[in-house]
Amino acid sequence: MLRKGIALAALGLALVGGPALAAGGHQEIHPQSWSFDGPFGKFDTAQLQRGYKVYREVCAACHSMNLVYFRNLGQPGGPFYDPKYKNPNDNPYVKALAADIQVNDIDSETGDVIQRPAIPADKFPSPFPNDAAAAASNGGAVPPDLSVITKARTGGPDYIYSLLVGYKTPPAGLKIGPGQNYNAAMPGDLSAFWSGDHKKVPPGGFLAMPPQLAPDKVTFDDGTKSTVEQQAKDVTAFLAWAAEPKQIERKSFGFGAMIYLLIFTVLLYFSYRRVWRNVAH
Amino acid sequence: MSGHSTYEPKTGVERWLDTRLPIVRFMYDTALDFPTPKNLNYWWTFGGILALMLGIQLVTGIVLAMHYVPHVDHAFASVERIMRDVNYGWLIRYMHANGASMFFLAVYLHMFRGLYYGSYKAPREVLWILGCVIYLAMMATAFIGYVLPWGQMSFHGAVVITNLIGALPIVGEPITTLLWGGPAVDNPTLNRFFSLHYLLPFVIAGVVILHIWALHVPGNNNPTGVNVKSKADTVPFHPYYTVKDGFAIAVFLLLYAAFVFYNPNVLGHADNYIPANPLVTPAHIVPEWYFLPFYAILRAVPDKLGGVLLMFGAIGVMFVLPWLDTSKVRSMRYRPTARLYFFIFAFFCLVLGYCGGQLPDDPVLGSPSGLKLLDADINSFVWLSRVATVYYFAYFLVILPILGLTEKPLPVPESISEPVLSHPATTPAGAVASPEKRG
Ligand code: HEC
Ligand code: HEM
Repeated sequence: MLRKGIALAALGLALVGGPALAAGGHQEIHPQSWSFDGPFGKFDTAQLQRGYKVYREVCAACHSMNLVYFRNLGQPGGPFYDPKYKNPNDNPYVKALAADIQVNDIDSETGDVIQRPAIPADKFPSPFPNDAAAAASNGGAVPPDLSVITKARTGGPDYIYSLLVGYKTPPAGLKIGPGQNYNAAMPGDLSAFWSGDHKKVPPGGFLAMPPQLAPDKVTFDDGTKSTVEQQAKDVTAFLAWAAEPKQIERKSFGFGAMIYLLIFTVLLYFSYRRVWRNVAH
Repeated sequence: MSGHSTYEPKTGVERWLDTRLPIVRFMYDTALDFPTPKNLNYWWTFGGILALMLGIQLVTGIVLAMHYVPHVDHAFASVERIMRDVNYGWLIRYMHANGASMFFLAVYLHMFRGLYYGSYKAPREVLWILGCVIYLAMMATAFIGYVLPWGQMSFHGAVVITNLIGALPIVGEPITTLLWGGPAVDNPTLNRFFSLHYLLPFVIAGVVILHIWALHVPGNNNPTGVNVKSKADTVPFHPYYTVKDGFAIAVFLLLYAAFVFYNPNVLGHADNYIPANPLVTPAHIVPEWYFLPFYAILRAVPDKLGGVLLMFGAIGVMFVLPWLDTSKVRSMRYRPTARLYFFIFAFFCLVLGYCGGQLPDDPVLGSPSGLKLLDADINSFVWLSRVATVYYFAYFLVILPILGLTEKPLPVPESISEPVLSHPATTPAGAVASPEKRG
């Protein structure tokens, strides 16, 4: 009896000390509904095209996307996929988009470094020759490569969107260092920079990237109204596609695999019942 | 391997081979005809699941290795290339990454099964120890594998764990140097980790064969824990258990597929999609979920060496468990007190896992109590980890040794087929001598 009592007491103690949410720096995240959410979600091609434009005209000035090639834009599921061109390298639209951009090359005759228009087989070029140059132009902070950024941040696309729209007027009492910007979605703990009520530390943190989006900063070819929210949402969708271009294929393949496994499971269950029907166990 | 073989070669080729290398007979006796207790429940299906998972890890791993580049400048991009450009590379890689998690899920359930039903007791001590060896090798393989994609968690996890080994006296430093292949975690480390990651799964496969050999000498334990007495207690492995394990495997695969196809990154850490950068340390370095209980034990001790020793001790103690548990009764079905302590043990293992993922000084409930005990507030994860760690070790070193001598177990059935008439409630459902017609 005593042993049981001790055991129960130990269990009780453990339950009282059970899990709880930790306090600390908090962030303002605005969950969005994305066309690619859920097991049947798909990318919205028009949105990806607008998103590419935002990346190209705004973000590409500072951020590389080293894992993305122009040809990816024309592959199945990509923003400029055209079923007429099974090989994305032949897609004239993708060729034209690539040709708009200059990339470095070596002249095979002279060995000189030259610039030439990109072809679909080229990577998106980096805006800076190296990290030191990137840091030097950005107040010491290196703009991260955006190829897999939605997978590389907790919160994924919701976080990226919230960050892009999260530049708020800093509340009075918040000390902001030189070259830093206040953002309500950025992870961090602002208590050390806050002179107001210590129970009301503002959400978010600081980052070196200044606000990038502004109304009508990018003109959308399909006539969509170019608000900050729209630009943020579209570029985030584009980044989510770039982070995993095969994710729609993954989900649709998965659906078939799940159905197959389900049928297989049911068949095995009935075989099991049948094989064991004469055994008491 | 045990008992007498009922294999009869049917074709000329089989007869010819049987007198030279009786491999077909061996496989028949091990995988088809093997007499298996008829009362095994679904907790016994994880062995088959584990074998399948090892196979999946080997096959997907070998394909990954065809495309993977073990170099600090190319590893991250090569893994992403597998995801983007290799045909079905995303499938192979997600199967491998989530396969490791599913492998551990299965091995933990398999081990708790053994703990509950006393499968470590005589005559299965060697079987149990071989299982512990497999588990250790799996941990090494998975840790090393996680370093290969060379993301932020890969790199900084490797730094933290190899430094721990460095804390061991005398052997620590030489081992770390060997692991690093230089003064720090760098390209040589990645190179040798790749080599070891390729090697260890085959070592595991070898130990698995020994494990199955050691299983087939005494035969399976069963939920009652009593020995097989007669042929009436068993059924041939095939078709009875091939079909039952097959069903369980299919259910397990459904869960696995749900992760692979619909949430392939949920068990991982976002920081591992940031290429490794030795100059930037992530805010929280957390290992994969399956290491969290040990990570909590490690951090429960203020002294680094002490923590490392305790962490390895947590696994070491399992090796000697067969001699720590003094009870003659195998199954906890008939040990009500031990069963209670067992469930608390399982609960504390989960608590340890939870603590391992939190910051040690964060409060468990609400805000800090303000009551400081030794180095930390009593309302903190480090103290919760300490409580759980103490219970973890007490279970093996105090509770099981003493309980076996003092507790009064319930009457144990005579045999698997015959229940104890005075205690019908404690016998497995449907375990009656005369076969009833069902289905
Ligand atoms: C003027 C240069 C510049 C431009 C243009 C720019 N960024 Fe940045 N970005 C930066 C810098 C610098 C950082 C690093 C900030 C830091 O680490 O403090 C950064 C960081 C980021 C981060 C990472 C934040 C985190 O969680 O660590 C994201 C995401 C991001 N930028 C997205 C974008 C997007 C999307 C665009 C286009 C709409 C864009 N940036 C345009 C300079 C820029
Ligand atoms: C016991 C079986 C195994 C376990 C538990 C295991 C575990 C792991 C883990 C956890 C990763 C990191 C996954 C990620 O986040 O990307 C990984 C990666 C890798 N493994 Fe294994 N592995 C096993 C067997 C093998 C085998 C047999 C091979 C090859 C012969 C292999 C080759 C690779 C390669 C090339 C990678 C890097 C690619 C990647 O990160 O996806 N693995 N492994």
